[in-house]
Formats: sequence, structure tokens, C-alpha cells
Amino acid sequence: MLLDFSRIGLCVTLAVSAFSAHAESVGDPDAGKKVYRKCASCHMVGDDARDRVGPNLNNIIGAPAANIDGVKYSKALKNAAADGLVWDEAALNAFLEAPKKYLPGTRMSFRGLTKSSERADVIAYLATYSDSSIAPEAGFSVSPEILAMDGDVAYGEYLGSECTTCHLSSGANDGIPGITGWDEADFVTAMHAYKEKYRDNSVMQMVTGRLANDEIAALAAYFKSLGN
Amino acid sequence: MTINRRKFLGATVAASAALSAPMALAAGTGKPRVVVIGGGAGGATAARYIAKDSKGEIDVTLIEPTRTYYTCFFSNLYLGGFKEMDELGHSYGGLAAAGVNVIHDWAIGVDRDSKQVTLAGGAKLTYDKLVLSPGIDFVDNAVAGWDVTAQNAMPHAYKGGSQTELLKAQLAAMPEGGVFAMVAPPNPYRCPPGPYERVSMVAHYLKANNPTAKIIVADPKPKFSKMALFQEGWANNYGGMIDWVGEEFGGGNVEVDPNGMTLSIDGEVVSVDVCNVIPAMKAGKIAEIAGVTQGNWAPVNAADMSSKADADVYVLGDASQQGDMPKSGFSANSQAKVCANAIRGALTGSRVFPAKFSNTCWSLIDTDNGVKVGATYEATDEKIAKVDGFISSTGESSEVRKATYLESEGWYSGITADMFG
Repeated sequence: MLLDFSRIGLCVTLAVSAFSAHAESVGDPDAGKKVYRKCASCHMVGDDARDRVGPNLNNIIGAPAANIDGVKYSKALKNAAADGLVWDEAALNAFLEAPKKYLPGTRMSFRGLTKSSERADVIAYLATYSDSSIAPEAGFSVSPEILAMDGDVAYGEYLGSECTTCHLSSGANDGIPGITGWDEADFVTAMHAYKEKYRDNSVMQMVTGRLANDEIAALAAYFKSLGN
Repeated sequence: MTINRRKFLGATVAASAALSAPMALAAGTGKPRVVVIGGGAGGATAARYIAKDSKGEIDVTLIEPTRTYYTCFFSNLYLGGFKEMDELGHSYGGLAAAGVNVIHDWAIGVDRDSKQVTLAGGAKLTYDKLVLSPGIDFVDNAVAGWDVTAQNAMPHAYKGGSQTELLKAQLAAMPEGGVFAMVAPPNPYRCPPGPYERVSMVAHYLKANNPTAKIIVADPKPKFSKMALFQEGWANNYGGMIDWVGEEFGGGNVEVDPNGMTLSIDGEVVSVDVCNVIPAMKAGKIAEIAGVTQGNWAPVNAADMSSKADADVYVLGDASQQGDMPKSGFSANSQAKVCANAIRGALTGSRVFPAKFSNTCWSLIDTDNGVKVGATYEATDEKIAKVDGFISSTGESSEVRKATYLESEGWYSGITADMFG
């Protein structure tokens, strides 16, 4: 009974947060670093991050909730995890807005971030420490037709040589994010988000600005083929 | 030595006979042969991509005199104390692993009729396709009183490596309150924001180590790349230290005396402690020797970077005259990939895709204060033509500037991995 109730609560919250997601909520990781100070007294992230009062937040984006061995999670979070809670951007956004409302019984004693821009920024910052290098785009979507396009891998390899001037083909992040092994839909969505100037990086906006839909599909297919 | 050379010549004669056959083959290997001269951003990238993508179908030889390549890009950050020289050095082991034959020698001759390259060591190499990516040399008598024999007294430091180290040593040895002078080059030249990033890095060093020192820049140009950004940065960070003398005030009318260590700007003689002379530039000498230059540079076709003088010779990077792209490592790397795709298609019948070029130049003004300018380009019948571009804004937040600097560091890792494997 209690479980069912919490599941309903989750669904409602997610639906509301998805609805209220705004175009401007794509975050700035640098601004997020400052916001993160509010989290840092309990959570570590980055190289050598350990679990402290709260679990470390490496690879949090896209991770199933309550998945680190040895961390004392609340019953509420364990229940939500059993119900399939995954920390995608929408879930993190809703949780960080009002943790105790989103997850009654959570051990996290944090009031929440009321500003949507702060939430987006801190999520973008955490995404820089996550293997699934970007958070899924909140409030930005591309049409199913574009997502369904088959990419020409050989063309993608040629076009991708423009990307590897900056992005390491090994997939490592040395100041510029790795772009190999991404889910193709995430890749396509991210490229279109830059192209529509929804994501904020002048080099990426410039490079994607002249890419046609089939070229973005080709790039997604090629970089996916390189694996993680 | 002589015997080896004769043997080599013999093999070459055999290869020349083969060349007259419809399908050109390289001596011994039975594969089409590409020779690349110059192992920088253009040549190393082209060699690596042709070898990597052809998966052994093409025999690729890279001629590069140095065993460790010190990038010219980011060398200003060494002057400013942000990078160690070791961080700018790259070996050719990755290219060899990718299947490129790397020969450390100077190319001293190109015979386009017999399709042969002569090396200083005496060897002759035949090619089906020749890629020239020799970077820059300096125009004779461009700065009155200076020639390359004066480069120890007054370094250009516009090729990475020992010249950069020399300039840094001279900077460090400046007397308290001394004068650092720069003679800036006229257009077109390698790395348009480079001299001004250098001024910024020198100022950064002096501010910490010799704060009463002065910097004078004699410039033959009325304006320069990222001018508003640099001038804002100089005013905010190095107020009063930098004196830029542009064309309007005689910045182009200079004469230097490397023995007396003086610089004359429009008749006014200044005693200087360091004088960084960056003369007017031209294509690296081998392009001229190959007979593919017109004036100072080598005109190319935008679609594949082939020389306008010879369809089997390609010119990349700074040495080429291609249209709208700035002469930069990023540009050379971008052009190399278009060229590699075209050469592979011509020699093996692989797919050839439309030419697309891009460039971004990052510059560091002060600690965590990076700016950038970039553009995309396409091939037209006449030239490489600009499509779209951007530039950092004045008045940006420190967070944005820091992110830009971190991005430039990521780019350095990316492009050097892309060049050297």
C-alpha cells in the first residue's frame, strides 16, 4: 500500500517536472560548480571521490537509484529504486527542487534548489563527472523521424574527423567531453540542441550549424560504433 | 654510403619505368605511394589519416627533420609559464604505429616530372601523390637590419622549439624595468592572434617577475585579430605596461640593430633588452623548390587542397594560399583531412566526401582568461570560403573566460592526438 502510494507520487512529480521544464533550463556546468558547493559538505565528486555522509556522485547521471554498495540509503529511496527510479535529468531535477516532497523519508536533509537554472546548472556540472557525458535534454526534443534516421557510418567517420580535432577519439575527457559510445538518440538530440542554439557553446553551435539531419545521424552512428 | 645511394637510384629508375604504366606503383611494394613533407599539423594529420583509413592499401612516407616536434601553438603559454616545454613536444611513434614510414631528414628537392623527392641524405623517393606541408619561412629583408643570422640576438620564436626557449631565456634575463620589444608581422602570417597572445603572456610573466618592465609592439597593421579582446585584456590586467604602435604611428617603418640592440620605429631609436622580430612570412622553402608557389604562397584548389600547378601535389596549412581560412594549426589539421580523403579516393577508389573545413583559435590573455574566434568554411570554385563564424565578446564573465581556457586545453589534447595518434 505504502509502495503503491509512493509510486503514484513519483509519477505525478515526474510529469509535472517534465511539463515545467523550460527551454532555458539547459545547464552551465561552470555555474553548476558553484551551486554544487551546497552539496559538497556531504557529497564528493571527481577523482578520489569517496562516500561520506552521502554517496559519491560520480556517474550519477543515468544511474539506477541506491546502487552503491555500502551506502546506507533510506528505506524510501530503496523502495523507489526497487520501483525502477533512475537518476536521469528529469528525476534529479524534481528531487533537487524539493527532496523531501519528492521522496518523503529521504535521509538527505537539504531544503532544495528552488531556482530551475541552479538545478540545471548543477546537473550539468554532475554530468561532467558521468560517463553518459550529457544529461538528456530537458524540454528539447527532435522529431521521431529525425531520431529514426539511419546513419551512414562511413560518412560519419569522415565528418567525425572534424570533431576529433578537439574531442579525443579514445573517448577520454581531457577538458572537452568524450563523445564516443553515446546512445544515438542522445547524440542526435544534443547536436540538434546545439544547432538550435539551445545548448550554449559557440564552437559547437558553429560546427553543428551547417550539419544536415543525415549528417548528424551519420555522426551519431559513427561515434556510437567506436564504443566506450 | 655511395653504394647505397646508387642502389637506391637504381630502384628509382625501375620505379620511374613503372610510373609510365597506367596504374602507378611504388618501388617494391606494389602499392600506390604517398610522400608527405613536413610533420606538423597538416602533414602529420594527412599522413596518419591516409595510412589509418587506407588500412595498408597505400604506402605513406613522412619526411620530417625533427624527431621531437614542438608545437608552435601553445608555445606562448610556455613563455607565460603556463606550460612546460616537455608538454609541447611530441614524438612520431604513434604515426609509425599507424603504418606511416617516418624518415627524419630534410627534403631538398622535388622533381615533379619524374615524381621524385630528394632528401638531404641523398635518398630519392618516388610518389604518386605528394603532400607539402612545410609551414612557413621568412621573407628576406622584410625587417631592415634583420636576417636569419640575427635570430639568436633577436629571435623570431615563430617556429616551435629552440627559438621559443631562447626567447623565454631572454625574457627571464631582462634587467629590472627593461624593455621587451616585438616587431609584429604584416598579413598574411601564421596564427593571426599569435603575436598578441604572446604580448599577453610576456606581460603576464613580467607583471609577476619584473613589474616595472615595458613592452613595445611595432606593428605594420592598422588592426589585428581579436584586437578589442586583447586591448580590453591589456588595459584590465597589464595597465600601462604595453605600448602598441600601429601603422598609423609608423609601426611599419622599423629598423633593428641586433648588435647594438636597438629598434627604430618611424625614426625614433629605442634601446631594447629583448627584441622579438617576427618578419613577413612565406611558404616553407620546399614549396618554392617544388615550383608550386606564386609569390610567397602556394595556390591550391579548395575542393581537395591540390596545387593549382600540379594535380598530384597537395599543399596544406600555412604554406597554402587557399582563400579565407587563417593560417593556423587547426586549419592545417582540417585541410589535411579533406586532402587525405581525396587522395585515398584517387588512389584506391574509396568514397570521396564533400570538403568541409573549420577553424577555431583560442588565445590566453591572463590566468584563466581565454578567448576564442572560429569559423566554418566550404570549397567554392575560387577558394575556401567562409560560411559562418563567432568571436568571444568583450566584458565576458570570468567563468566564461575560464571555461574557454579549459576548452583550449582540451583542444590541445585533442588535436595533438589527432595529429600524432
